[in-house]
Amino acid sequence: MAEITGAGPHGRRTDEETEAAVAPAPVPAPAPALASRSRPADGLRAYRLIAGMWLRSTMAYRASFIMTTFGNFAATALDFVAILLMFSRVDALGGYTLPEIAFLYGLTSISFGLADLAIGSMDRLGRRVRDGTLDTLLVRPAPVLAQVAADRFALRRLGRVVQGVLVLVYALGSFDVHWTAPKVLLMPLMMLGGAAIFCAVFVAGAAFQFVAQDASEVQNAFTYGGTTLLQYPPTVFARELVRGVTFVLPLAFVNWLPASYVLGRPYPLALPWWTAFASPLVGVGCCALAGLAWRVGLRSYRSTGS
Amino acid sequence: MELDGPGGGTDGAFIELDRVEKVFDVRKKTGFLKRERRRVRAVDAISFSVARGEMVGYIGPNGAGKSTTIKMLTGILTPSGGRLRVAGIDPSRERTRLAQRIGVVFGQRTTLWWDLPLIDSYRLMHRMYRIPDARYRANLDRCVELLELADLLDVPVRQLSLGQRMRGDIAAALLHDPDVLYLDEPTIGLDVISKARVREFLRDLNAERGTTVLLTTHDLQDIEQLCSRVMVIDHGRLMYDGPLAGLHEAGESERTLVVDLERELPPIEVPGTRVVRVEGPRQWLAFPAAESAAPLVARIADRYPLVDLSVREPDIEAVIAKMYAASAAGAERAVS
Repeated sequence: MAEITGAGPHGRRTDEETEAAVAPAPVPAPAPALASRSRPADGLRAYRLIAGMWLRSTMAYRASFIMTTFGNFAATALDFVAILLMFSRVDALGGYTLPEIAFLYGLTSISFGLADLAIGSMDRLGRRVRDGTLDTLLVRPAPVLAQVAADRFALRRLGRVVQGVLVLVYALGSFDVHWTAPKVLLMPLMMLGGAAIFCAVFVAGAAFQFVAQDASEVQNAFTYGGTTLLQYPPTVFARELVRGVTFVLPLAFVNWLPASYVLGRPYPLALPWWTAFASPLVGVGCCALAGLAWRVGLRSYRSTGS
Repeated sequence: MELDGPGGGTDGAFIELDRVEKVFDVRKKTGFLKRERRRVRAVDAISFSVARGEMVGYIGPNGAGKSTTIKMLTGILTPSGGRLRVAGIDPSRERTRLAQRIGVVFGQRTTLWWDLPLIDSYRLMHRMYRIPDARYRANLDRCVELLELADLLDVPVRQLSLGQRMRGDIAAALLHDPDVLYLDEPTIGLDVISKARVREFLRDLNAERGTTVLLTTHDLQDIEQLCSRVMVIDHGRLMYDGPLAGLHEAGESERTLVVDLERELPPIEVPGTRVVRVEGPRQWLAFPAAESAAPLVARIADRYPLVDLSVREPDIEAVIAKMYAASAAGAERAVS
């Protein structure tokens, strides 16, 4: 059976493909206003837009907003009442007095409250993956992280921050600290650094939910569980646990280490004095790692579809 | 009868796929901790191209790979192999840039913000897509008028009926003047009136704006009323690409007349049909899908005691099954 090669139409093509030529002449695509913007700027913008929309919609029902914020405040306040009750029986816990514990409590509440306010919605990611609504975020011209973080932005979460501030004010008014310039400087640094560390935990937890969609409970263990842990002094916990939350999941940088400096107490694990000032750096490092984990998670979602 | 596309380069091609594939690793639990891994080719070396302004139906049974294809075209999923371009953009690499050029409507889930009034979602789209004010106003007004959304704008999305929500979703997908609109099952679960309204709107959109439309569907009527071209996919492979009439020919598909008679009768004889089932006074008559039912109905009414009658369209599964059989037979004939 002879076969002529290289000549004539052979195999593989059909003739019905020529219709395409009849289509209307291509219209030049409308160029987007600014073609190249940086992703972080894009993300912040999208976050602002979405959070703003939720904010406006909450403010449409002002009474309901005030009620839920107060509820949020009251629920977290009960936490502290438990500590107060404990101190009606004892004078010190792990060598810390009530005002000192209140100091730790206020600091972690503020840090965690700020993170929760900003991106607390991240723990819904698993549900979005499961019910497929994550796909609808992927077809919008904005980074997915910003869209997930801003979704259902709830100002009522400010309740926890307010409660933390009140407890902190009580603490500051009740003990004598010799305030120096570094100590004053350390206050905002540790609050922001702590918020960054908790944000990283939220993002990393969400990234993990790409793989295990029911893992929001695991995330809660580290976020809510973490902040509860930090309300008590490091001296009441086992050494291994303290080591874990210092070197593995560096929650100790939220308040334990900086507070030790301010209160003039010995550092947990006998760490050097400057570690108290490392919170912002640790926060930035954690956020970078969490961002990386997020990218890996999103990439695996986009290649597996589930 | 698989078609291998032209591999790229057809002038005016707006969507181009060249041997695109998507392989999933499916893990199945087989024991307490044991898992079995299995590779699934959801999309298997598909090639086709769509010109600007075309309106194409993309059909196939459940799990055939339709949604996977759409997800790759929108940049949600990254292909495992092959080359894919939409408006010259590689969707998975430049997802956010592509997002400005495409509109997507998922029939089963909404892109709108569930708990907020419809208009809030539109306002957000306005800013997020950076749509110039005048254009946003014009597009919104047009959609509100044609899709009859005026009374719905202040209603939270979760309170909308399925048909209302679908119309709301279609409007949301068009505010930024996309060049191409993907619709994944846009008429699923809608009542007859809503279906008709959505179809009419899409037809006008395509005619007036020249928007390229690619829609997946279960409903052959969607295709009949909207698309000049249809692609059939099954088991991840492209089975057919051409006009709808050709599909009926290729699948030798049949419609069915369901006839209710006054009493039980032996199978009735009408030329051009054959009785495929009898159940008491009800009989099922199959006839070629390309033929008109009107003369058959007249003939039956003339000769038999007719009580009621309805026409059933061929379902896609049946058409595809027949197409398989036909192509297998064709291949055998070619060999001998």
